[in-house]
Amino acid sequence: MIESFVAPFEFGFMQRALVGGVLVAAICALVGTYVVLRGQAFVGDALAHAAFPGVVIAYLLKGNIYLGATVFAVATALGIGLVSRRSRVSYDTAIGIMFAGAFALGVLLMSTIQGYTVDLFGFLFGNVLGISRRDLLLVGLLGALVVLTVVLLYKELLLLSFDPIVAEAMGYPVQALNYLLLGLMALTIVISIQAVGIILVVALLVTPSATASLLTERFFRMMLLGILLAVLAAVIGLYLSYYLNVASGAAIVLVSTCLFFLVLASRRLRIAAKPRA
Amino acid sequence: MEKKGGQYCLEVRELAAGYDGTPAIEGITFAIPPGQMVGVIGPNGAGKSTLFKAILGLIPRQQGEILLHDAPALDQRAMMGYLPQLEEINRAFPVSVEDVVMMGRYPRIGWCRRPRSHDDEAVRQALARVELLDHARTQIGRLSGGQQQRAFLARVLAQDPHLLLLDEPVSGVDTTTQHAIFALLEELRNSGKTVVVATHDLNCVVERFDQVLCLNRRVIAYGPPKEAFREDTLDQTYGHHLMIVQVGDRRVVVADEHHR
Ligand SMILES: Nc1ncnc2c1ncn2[C@@H]1O[C@H](COP(=O)(O)OP(=O)(O)O)[C@@H](O)[C@H]1O
Ligand SMILES: [Mg+2]
Repeated sequence: MIESFVAPFEFGFMQRALVGGVLVAAICALVGTYVVLRGQAFVGDALAHAAFPGVVIAYLLKGNIYLGATVFAVATALGIGLVSRRSRVSYDTAIGIMFAGAFALGVLLMSTIQGYTVDLFGFLFGNVLGISRRDLLLVGLLGALVVLTVVLLYKELLLLSFDPIVAEAMGYPVQALNYLLLGLMALTIVISIQAVGIILVVALLVTPSATASLLTERFFRMMLLGILLAVLAAVIGLYLSYYLNVASGAAIVLVSTCLFFLVLASRRLRIAAKPRA
Repeated sequence: MEKKGGQYCLEVRELAAGYDGTPAIEGITFAIPPGQMVGVIGPNGAGKSTLFKAILGLIPRQQGEILLHDAPALDQRAMMGYLPQLEEINRAFPVSVEDVVMMGRYPRIGWCRRPRSHDDEAVRQALARVELLDHARTQIGRLSGGQQQRAFLARVLAQDPHLLLLDEPVSGVDTTTQHAIFALLEELRNSGKTVVVATHDLNCVVERFDQVLCLNRRVIAYGPPKEAFREDTLDQTYGHHLMIVQVGDRRVVVADEHHR
């Protein structure tokens, strides 16, 4: 019994997958707290898709894939901010325009490559089992940057998320803080691409935090619980992926989804079970 | 405690501000000495909220100057406390009432720092003044509308600003609470704060306020309520939707508040 828990991690790639999966899930949940509370799931999905052309271009030029993804995700983050501020187009329309266009560019470029699209498929759907030492280092470094920012600006980001108008009235540089949060989202997405892939990363960004929001009415606890739930999903998902031989990114996301519905159902049951006064 | 620079706490000169380049208010000029309570009155759409937003820099100013203690107000926004007319918050947001009130302390605490014990104390005092101590740990969305309004007022109190800009703080609040809030504002005024309140309660303005600003796109009248409230100024401010009624030695204004 115990052996079946330990056995998978006798392999180096599984150890790396565990460390990588847990790190990525935790960072996603940390940033996801803001994404959920600010109602920006769609923005997160857009940033992830927009990173795709960056990945393909980096692949074509044999450059660094993470760098390519970062450039495109951050540029899109800025673009979304600008388009929605400077024109009469609504925020979600601006996002729709930006991300579909960018993703189409990625697909178009990919279609010019013959034969080698298997690697690129990995970036679309993720493969945490293929995470390398260098990837881990990068995840660790960028992740530390995200965590440090959230720790230092905890108060300010909380105020911004709760009441941006009063934050601005108090003199906080609300626009800059908005861009900073978008930038954090972009970085988080980039480091998650290897683990869960462009198409599924939004799930890691919102599902654990949304689950946590069902369990507590305090911001800090929601953050911690979200991280805990995300780590749990990563570990269980990894086992499932190993023993059932299924895609690791999808397994992690599905476990996370199941946890959400479990919590939702138990809440419903508890509410229903409450005696009516 | 109170820094008293020049003669005036707030000075607005020839202000024009609005939306998409078209002014909603124009030629606004007035000055408020420190320690006064000023009512801003006018029908819906008169530009009361626009005036507040322009003072706070929430909308760009198209013309004019706004000075707080003789220096540009925008450079000292932490010295201005703001209660928006409608707090458009996410009611499910996971913060407690005391968390919200603590946000008023943030400018004083400063970037990257944590609240200290005197901040906790300030929060408790602010909560006590609006009688919400019992709800300190309640999630903000679980409060009633009136309680929420008091929580946001407590946030302004915790901020301890020189100038308070309160946009219809008593709308949708029961009469008992209304009186409690106005009494609290008088206390603040007496302790040297400058309090500016947009309100539809003209009788309250007559009874409690030092100055009144009658606004309808422009300043129709500005001065002590007994002088500023005349048939002609009220007519210009509200059209003909108001009457002044003499009841004994009291002058009562009868208003159609729902006029648009
Ligand atoms: N966000 C906005 N965009 C465009 N016009 C606005 C906006 N807010 C208010 N206005 C317009 O500005 C004018 C003044 O409104 P407002 O300051 O809200 O009046 P009051 O607070 O006195 O009811 C109104 O004509 C209103 O339609
Ligand atoms: Mg208004």
